[in-house]
Amino acid sequence: MDVIADNLPAYLQGFSLTLRLTLYAGGLALAIGLVLAAMRVSPLRPMRGFAATYVELLRNTPLTLVFFFIILVAPRFGVLLPLDFIGFAVVALTLYTAAFVCEAIRSGINSVGIGQAEAARAIGLTFGQTLNQVILPQAFRTVIPPLINVFIALAKNTSVAAGFGVVDLMGTGRRLATANPGGVTWVLVGVALGYLVITITLGAIAAQVERKVAFTR
Amino acid sequence: MAPEQTSTSPAPDLTTMGEPLVVLDGVNKHFGALHVLQDINLTVHRGEVVVIIGPSGSGKSTLCRAINRLETIDTGTISIDGQPLPAEGKALARLRADVGMVFQSFNLFAHKTVLENVTLGPIKAKGVKRSAAREDALRLLDRVGVANQAEKLPAQLSGGQQQRVAIARALAMQPKVMLFDEPTSALDPEMINEVLDVMVSLARDGMTMIVVTHEMGFARKAAHRVVFMDGGQIVEEADPETFFTAPRSDRAKDFLSKILTH
Ligand SMILES: Nc1ncnc2c1ncn2[C@@H]1O[C@H](COP(=O)(O)OP(=O)(O)O)[C@@H](O)[C@H]1O
Ligand SMILES: [Mg+2]
Repeated sequence: MDVIADNLPAYLQGFSLTLRLTLYAGGLALAIGLVLAAMRVSPLRPMRGFAATYVELLRNTPLTLVFFFIILVAPRFGVLLPLDFIGFAVVALTLYTAAFVCEAIRSGINSVGIGQAEAARAIGLTFGQTLNQVILPQAFRTVIPPLINVFIALAKNTSVAAGFGVVDLMGTGRRLATANPGGVTWVLVGVALGYLVITITLGAIAAQVERKVAFTR
Repeated sequence: MAPEQTSTSPAPDLTTMGEPLVVLDGVNKHFGALHVLQDINLTVHRGEVVVIIGPSGSGKSTLCRAINRLETIDTGTISIDGQPLPAEGKALARLRADVGMVFQSFNLFAHKTVLENVTLGPIKAKGVKRSAAREDALRLLDRVGVANQAEKLPAQLSGGQQQRVAIARALAMQPKVMLFDEPTSALDPEMINEVLDVMVSLARDGMTMIVVTHEMGFARKAAHRVVFMDGGQIVEEADPETFFTAPRSDRAKDFLSKILTH
C-alpha cells in the first residue's frame, strides 16, 4: 500500500493527464459526433453515406489499430500532424469516440417521433432549424445516459495511449510496476482507483439525469 | 373550371377565386412496386376548398404530403402559385412556409408551450420580432378558441384543443393554402365539431384549402369540389351535392355505400 502513498505525485500527474485526455477527446468527439449525427439524418444522400461509412469503419476497428493508423500510417500518406504523442492520442481517441457519440445521438433523434420533424419542416423551418429547435431539445433527455456510457468507455480507453509512450495514469502504473516489482498489485490498485474516480463520477451524473428524466416524463 | 354552385355550397367568390394556386400535372409516385399516385392532374384555385375523399390506402395522404414535398414524386410537376416545388434547401423551406399543413396526429412540438408552438415558425422561418409574433399568435389562438391555454404544454390539452392549436400554428405563417390530412380522424367524437367549425370559418374567410376527410357534413357545408380517389387515381370530381347524391363511377358508389352504412 505504501507504494501508492510514496508515489502520490506521480499518480496525480498521471491522473491529471488521463483526465485531460478524457476531457479533450470527449469534447472534440461530442462536437464531431453531433455533426456526424446531423449528417446521418440529413436529406442529402452523400452526407448520410459518408457519416454511415465513417461510423461503421471506426466503430468496428480496434482502438489500438486507430492509434497505429494515426501515428504510423497517416504520415506515409503525407498527413503530418505537428503533434506529440499526447496529441496523437487525443486525435485517435476523438476519431474513435465520435463514431459512438454519433450513434448515441442518432438513437436519441430516432426516439423523437417523425411527426415532430415533419411538422417543423411543414412550417418552413430549414433542416438545421428543425434539428436545433425541435428534434435535439427533445432528444436531449434520451441521449444523456447512453452518451455518458460513451464517455465512461472513453475514460477507460485513454489507457491505450500508455502503449504509445504516453505517461497517463496507465503509463504511470507501468513505470511504477517496473520500479517496484514486489508491489505490482498495489501499484495497479492505485491505477484502478484513479479510473474509478472518473467513471464513478460520470455514472453518478448519469443516474442523476435519469432520475430527473423520470420525474419530468 | 369554376365549381358548380349548389344551394348548400358556399358561393364561390369570383373576385378571389379563379387563378390556379396549386397545380399538379401528371404526377406519378411509387413506393417500391406500389404505384401510389397514378398520373394525378389537379388544379386548386385561389379561395377554393377541395375535399379529397376515398378508401384507406388510396393515396390521399401521399398526395397531400407531395404538395409540400414531405414526399418526393417520380414524374410530373407540382407548382404553388406558379412556382414549381424546389428541391431540398432554403428555397423549399420558404415555399413550405406558404403551405400550411395540419396532420391527423396534430404533431404539436411536445417540448414547447402552445404559444411557442405558434410563434416558432414566424420567428425562425420569417424573422418576425418576438413581440409581434406573440401578439399575432394570441390573436390566432383566440380565433380558434384556445387563447386561455397559451402557456400550457400540448400534452395538457385535449385532442380537439391540440388540433385547433395546430391550425393556429399553420395560420401563423400566413399560408397561401392549407392542407388538412384527416384532421378529425384521431379525435373523440365530441371534439370533432369544434375542429370542423374552425375549418368551416376558415373556408368562409376565403382560405384556399385541400382537405382529406370523410366528414360529409364539412364537405357539404364548406367544399366547392369533392375529389374522389381510389387506387392512386382521381376517379371522379364533382361538387359535393352531386357527388354524394349522384356519384357517376361504380367505385364511388361502392365507397359511399360503405361509409353511409357505418
Ligand atoms: N412511406 C411509405 N412507404 C411505403 N408505402 C407507403 C408509405 N406511405 C404510404 N404507403 C402506402 O401507400 C399507399 C397509400 O397510402 P396513403 O397515401 O397513406 O393512403 P391514404 O391516406 O389514402 O389512406 C398505402 O398502400 C400505403 O401502405
Ligand atoms: Mg391517410
